[in-house]
Amino acid sequence: MSIDATDRRIIAATQAGLPLVPEPYAALADALGMDEAALCDRLRAMQERGIIRRIALAPNHYALGMVANGMSVWDVDDARIADLGPRIGALDFVSHCYERPRALPEWRYNLFAMIHGASRDEVEHKRARIKAILGDACRADDILYSTRILKKTGLRLRQKEG
Amino acid sequence: MTPDATDRAILNRLQDGFPITPAPFAAVARELGLTEADLIARLERMKSARILTRFGPFLDAEAMGGAFCLCAMAVPEADFETVAAQVNAHPQVAHNYARAHRLNMWFVLATETGDEIAAVAGVIERETGLRVLRFAKLREFFIGFRVAA
Repeated sequence: MSIDATDRRIIAATQAGLPLVPEPYAALADALGMDEAALCDRLRAMQERGIIRRIALAPNHYALGMVANGMSVWDVDDARIADLGPRIGALDFVSHCYERPRALPEWRYNLFAMIHGASRDEVEHKRARIKAILGDACRADDILYSTRILKKTGLRLRQKEG
Repeated sequence: MTPDATDRAILNRLQDGFPITPAPFAAVARELGLTEADLIARLERMKSARILTRFGPFLDAEAMGGAFCLCAMAVPEADFETVAAQVNAHPQVAHNYARAHRLNMWFVLATETGDEIAAVAGVIERETGLRVLRFAKLREFFIGFRVAA
């Protein structure tokens, strides 16, 4: 699936964020020299195709007091990860959950689950719940706390046509 | 600033999505029992205070034919700031976190084509002299990224 030059221009124009004005799509359409209705149709179409996951706000966890942010990592039996992964992903405190390749010998973990909390105690409590679900399918685990956001911008498109 | 209860309600509501209609702020404000002007003013304040990191379309690079890849590096402490600047200078680096581990720098590459992931990782390895471990996602179990404010 791909996007055409017009979709690309729309995406590029929204990457710094939507304008905080009463009619943001009209403002955006003006800036792009487009009709507002046509712009909105394209945004909806891109959302339906899954190119735009959603139009939404991303808060800064730290500013909200979610100061503990742990990337929990698990070495899960390959034969059981397909069954167990969705159970971890369904937990309401897990924001992202992925199976990723190991990088042996340096990195043995194949399941990554991001846990956020107001304190490390809270995160550790949530981590224990994951551990209980994985049971003996988990051979080792660790958690990597973030200490600083070094960059956060989202996907940027190159300024090219087509 | 510290977000108050109304700000928190706004943050929660807007993580779920924003309508594509001519006056979307007015529609959301009505749901929250606010005026359009108050909602916009509060968003401006939260943006200035960096409580709001982004507000706009969130893209799926894969649906566009592109790719995401989580990468990790073990950076010597003395070189950390220099390496962070080298890594962050690449527009394909969507976010980058310092983490307490031997692998202490974790960043996500978001590119328009799958081939570009390996290319950018290779450039970062040459620029920094450090290995870039790549952890491409094999399977996604959930993505409902949302934090209760």
